Amino acid sequence: MTTTVAAVTEGTQAPYALSHLDSLESEAVHIFREVAGEFERPVILFSGGKDSIVMLHLALKAFAPAAVPFTLLHVDTGHNFPEVLEYRDRTVAEHGLRLHVASVQDYIDRGVLKERPDGTRNPLQTLPLTEKIQAEKFDAVFGGGRRDEEKARAKERVFSLRDEFSQWDPRRQRPELWNLYNGRHAPGEHVRVFPLSNWTELDVWQYIAREGIELPEIYFAHEREVFQRAGMWLTAGEWGGPKESETVEKRLVRYRTVGDMSCTGAVDSDAVTLEQVITEIAASRLTERGATRADDKMSEAAMEDRKREGYF
Amino acid sequence: MSTTTSEALSETTLLRFATAGSVDDGKSTLVGRLLHDSKSVLTDQLEAVERASASRGQEGPDLALLTDGLRAEREQGITIDVAYRYFATAKRRFILADTPGHVQYTRNMVTGASTAELTVILIDARNGVVEQTRRHAALAALLRVPHVVLAVNKMDLVDYKESVFAAIAEEFTAYALELGVPEVTAIPISALAGDNVVEPSANMDWYGGPTVLEHLETVPVTHDLSHCHARLPVQFVIRPQTAEHPDYRGYAGQIAAGSFRVGEAVTVLPSGHASKIAAIDLLGEPVDIAWTTQSVTVLLEDDIDISRGDLIVPSKDAPPTTQDIEATVCHVADAPLTVGHRVLLKHGTRTVKAIVKDIPSRLTLDDLSLHPHPGQLVANDIGRVKIRTAEPLPVDSYADSRRTGSFILIDPNDGTTLTAGMVGESFASPEPVKDAAEDDGWDF
Repeated sequence: MTTTVAAVTEGTQAPYALSHLDSLESEAVHIFREVAGEFERPVILFSGGKDSIVMLHLALKAFAPAAVPFTLLHVDTGHNFPEVLEYRDRTVAEHGLRLHVASVQDYIDRGVLKERPDGTRNPLQTLPLTEKIQAEKFDAVFGGGRRDEEKARAKERVFSLRDEFSQWDPRRQRPELWNLYNGRHAPGEHVRVFPLSNWTELDVWQYIAREGIELPEIYFAHEREVFQRAGMWLTAGEWGGPKESETVEKRLVRYRTVGDMSCTGAVDSDAVTLEQVITEIAASRLTERGATRADDKMSEAAMEDRKREGYF
Repeated sequence: MSTTTSEALSETTLLRFATAGSVDDGKSTLVGRLLHDSKSVLTDQLEAVERASASRGQEGPDLALLTDGLRAEREQGITIDVAYRYFATAKRRFILADTPGHVQYTRNMVTGASTAELTVILIDARNGVVEQTRRHAALAALLRVPHVVLAVNKMDLVDYKESVFAAIAEEFTAYALELGVPEVTAIPISALAGDNVVEPSANMDWYGGPTVLEHLETVPVTHDLSHCHARLPVQFVIRPQTAEHPDYRGYAGQIAAGSFRVGEAVTVLPSGHASKIAAIDLLGEPVDIAWTTQSVTVLLEDDIDISRGDLIVPSKDAPPTTQDIEATVCHVADAPLTVGHRVLLKHGTRTVKAIVKDIPSRLTLDDLSLHPHPGQLVANDIGRVKIRTAEPLPVDSYADSRRTGSFILIDPNDGTTLTAGMVGESFASPEPVKDAAEDDGWDF
């Protein structure tokens, strides 16, 4: 055995050391397989954003050569980037997956939800999401949330129990010991599962580069008509921007996150390749959310408050 | 960090470590200093901290606000739960389990240390080794964290005297080694002034060792697998049943210990069926050998009945299966654990019914004294338990394998995680251990 091992690991710094990306990948795959082994109706939240794209890629690897044993769920705010919707539908078709859609627009049309004065629909996602989870009886819901994103998320477990109202109670979290994840839940409750908990934004990009994963074009620098609001470049569009006082200009930008158009900002960038994006992020002095998410700036505890209500 | 290429970044390794320290040891300052001086705090995070500090009327930015993320924590100025932090240097990526030093310290430190390769134990140089220090050392020994760093903090308040540091380091190291902690690295620091955390101290030229960060960057994270028992808990059976793969039947799991190679004779537990490894898939790529902690899919030569919860082991190195488990546990739930308690026990990928047959003793971490037959364990208690399981389990001693020697107990009624368990002897004592058959005695 020793001779084989020496041959295999020759050239690496330390025998049996996994690179940090291999460690993170192995851990995420373990999490996917635990859920497949223990839950009846898991679903992957899939927005067409980079984190959910990486999640799907990991799920495909975890069960290869068999199909992914999960369906997908998109909470559609109605304010999507067209390139992202196109990517979503193409990916679903390519892998023969089933996509559930929970539509914020439907809720607004039915009068159940009311458009906010600021036009932001991000907080409106919670009700369609939680009602869909109840209606479809999903018992495990994968999210691409990472603990490095936000300090309330730094407190999040990998397996995070939600009550029948999808609420998160940070004081009642189960301790998570070794890699022995506890997925027990009562009927009506579900578990939010975060396989990318231990990844950082840079890890996600390095992994995308290593694995050659295709992304929606808006992640790379392109010319776009934008206007400035609260220090961010927002895309002009039918969702309600710009206001009269705001002026549209053409800029070379890219997106670090993909979400609702009304609150997801673009950053000035000339990075057109993965390598350039990685260099840009490694040098950035702003966090992903700090740079591009208006909704997190609403209050010091905006994320925690939304998570308590059932948001991811 | 900003100048490193992406290629160099992706070749780094990952170190998981935990911090332990009581409220006034300066733990938040150390964590803040590590994050700040390694340039892992970004402008908007710092601005948020400055804003929040100013709105509270504080003069400078309070770095503890970087780590206390929840409303209740900020309102009360305390940390209520383990948080995980991330930072990187050109050499390594770090996952820091930031464990609060408050009343619930034991379960929080157990939670943080269970996945850690290293623990940083903080001491206030003015106070030296105190009860809390001994508690932290005992927990590190109990959890068998491979590396312990003793950070003797607030050296600036003892005039950076070598004699103060040397006396503390000697006392702690002797105590820790007695408990079986395999390695102690003592570093004199001032987290507040920044001495020896990231930058070497100009105030302690008598110290020739590494800074905290240098040590974190260079401590080995690999183990000599030739002494490890190879173990693969089966998580999921992969059966595509497609035209392309009509007969594919693979056993997916994350290797918990050791290594496996193609052609190796293996046994499946608890059934005892034997076969040989026909192929190993490493996430879609065939490989000849795979090792901990890779997630793999193993194919066997024979068609035998294997399902989730089984354990694949080398035939020449199979653990015994047993329905009677003796273990050291840390109770993590608010409701007590009592003799006669019916629970679920999760070991690897298998969850079985179990009953707590006996609680022979409870350990006082302060002085390692034993309280015989306490009747129950309450939150944060460490104790010895005997458990009878409904089905035989292939368990290793925690001393041999942190993965296959550990388990959790779960309340079958509401799913609460009750207890963290470590099979076998409590401490890796260098002294020969007494016979565990004595009912009322601790075996260390």
